[in-house]
Amino acid sequence: MLTFAPSDYEAITLSAKVAVTATLLSLPFGFLLAYLVTFLSFRGKTILEVFINLPLTLPPVVIGYFLLLLLGRNGLLGGLLEAAGIRIIFTWKAAVIASAVVGFPLLVRSIRIGMESIDRQMINVSRSLGARWHDTLVTVILPLSMRGIIAGSSLMFARSLGEFGATIIVAGNIPGVTQTIPLAIYDYAGSPGNEQVALSLCIVSVVLSLIVLILHEVAGRKLAGSG
Amino acid sequence: MEIRAAVAKRFGEFALDASFTVSGERIGLFGESGSGKSTLVGMLAGLLQPDGGEIFLDGECLFSSARHINVPPEQRRIAIVFQQPSLFPHLSVKSNLLYGFRRSAPAHRTIDFAELVDALRLEGFLDRGVGNLSGGEKQRVSLGRAILSNPRLLLMDEPLSALDDQLKYQIIPYLRIVSERFGIPYLFISHSLVEMRLMADQVLVVAGGAIAGQTTAEELARDRMGQSPIGYINLIRVTDPRRRDGMYAYRWGEVELLVSAGSDQPEALFELSSRDIILCKQHPEAISARNLLTCTVVKTFASGSRVGVELSCHGERLLVEVVDEAATELGITAGCEIFAAIKAASFRRLA
Repeated sequence: MLTFAPSDYEAITLSAKVAVTATLLSLPFGFLLAYLVTFLSFRGKTILEVFINLPLTLPPVVIGYFLLLLLGRNGLLGGLLEAAGIRIIFTWKAAVIASAVVGFPLLVRSIRIGMESIDRQMINVSRSLGARWHDTLVTVILPLSMRGIIAGSSLMFARSLGEFGATIIVAGNIPGVTQTIPLAIYDYAGSPGNEQVALSLCIVSVVLSLIVLILHEVAGRKLAGSG
Repeated sequence: MEIRAAVAKRFGEFALDASFTVSGERIGLFGESGSGKSTLVGMLAGLLQPDGGEIFLDGECLFSSARHINVPPEQRRIAIVFQQPSLFPHLSVKSNLLYGFRRSAPAHRTIDFAELVDALRLEGFLDRGVGNLSGGEKQRVSLGRAILSNPRLLLMDEPLSALDDQLKYQIIPYLRIVSERFGIPYLFISHSLVEMRLMADQVLVVAGGAIAGQTTAEELARDRMGQSPIGYINLIRVTDPRRRDGMYAYRWGEVELLVSAGSDQPEALFELSSRDIILCKQHPEAISARNLLTCTVVKTFASGSRVGVELSCHGERLLVEVVDEAATELGITAGCEIFAAIKAASFRRLA
């Protein structure tokens, strides 16, 4: 039997909210960056690719620490945001940023794989038929990258659900405010007598991941069928 | 339509440096693989930027490195049909066909959708996805899509290379009829001499990244006859098939031809190599070849180490290739009468 404390429901809701927001916010940027590195040649492209992939190789705690330096009260951006009355650190928004940064390379990689599989001739045909580059982007590249976009979004959503290291540094572990499922499990695992609740949250994590994977498969099959 | 171009482009070891002026409605660009044909096509369409030079289409500058002009591909009104149909897989046949039409300026829209669909016989496919079409149907949709964009020039970059022989000769009439019916000049790119002769009048020959010459498709085929392993290919259009003794008797102008690989289709196109025809000075009383035609020599010409003999068989043209010695022995001169023997099995059906 699953056992939950009231704050656990908040952790589940917050996890879903953070993962959805981080994925939706990252999608347009991920798509544009994937387009840039797939189709365009420009100076500094290699450096850009390295920076896109950097969060994949860095420990999440390191990313969290850099974000803290950037967004903290004395940080480069944090000071400006503070002056504008916006507080990021130790709010759920910080958890979204942490998840977005950590999952971003997975998103870009998947979209890029989708874009690389597009026949370049098709893009040339589109242009010679009168489509401007942005028209081709929307009417040819976007629909033909859809499998990559769905795969990338699923991966990023799943990665966001499991995000721990960067989130705990930049958002803290405040029940009801910034405590997501992994952070709650961490809390319960460290205090004796809460094994049942920790296990219940683990099961919720598994179920959420399964739902995402099943949706990904279904969407992929539908696209394959219509393509 | 007139194209005037002087362009240069370098890719590593390969360098293209082409300068030409060509005019006409049915222009061919002939060359071996890797000669630079597709590079030239890419530059004309604006998909590839030359390192330097200029390109003019009907007097309008499309590219000039000196004047810093580079009209983007979508504004050139030059449509392309590639070797692969490159149909948009997420769109229906109808949406594919209308892709360019919807993006063309209303003032340029002279082609009627229904008329084009009728010309390409695409009525039954319009609402289908493109995934289930055959190779020939896909190429017809690709051609229709290009024509419907109302271009002022159609580039056909080896559009038949991916098709098998049977399909190829089914598509050729569409390529010709559609551009003629809708008045769109084309540049047909191929490494096949037979395709060139069927599709082009004026031919630009590309070799080693440069324009090696400008000629007619017929002249080009005759020039290359002596070096080609298959000789000159006579294209023979015949009609009215009748079955006879396990073969087909066709009408070729005023002459009857017996062919092994015939069919019951009312019209057919056969190829016959110039090397599969035997010339006899006098009528042989008995011969195994089933076709013995009485011809008149129109002219002879040298092609490599061979002699080409152009014959007239009651008004139909036939080109025969003989070695020098045979030409001397036969005493072939313009105006003399000669017999051409052709085996029924020598004809290869194209369509």
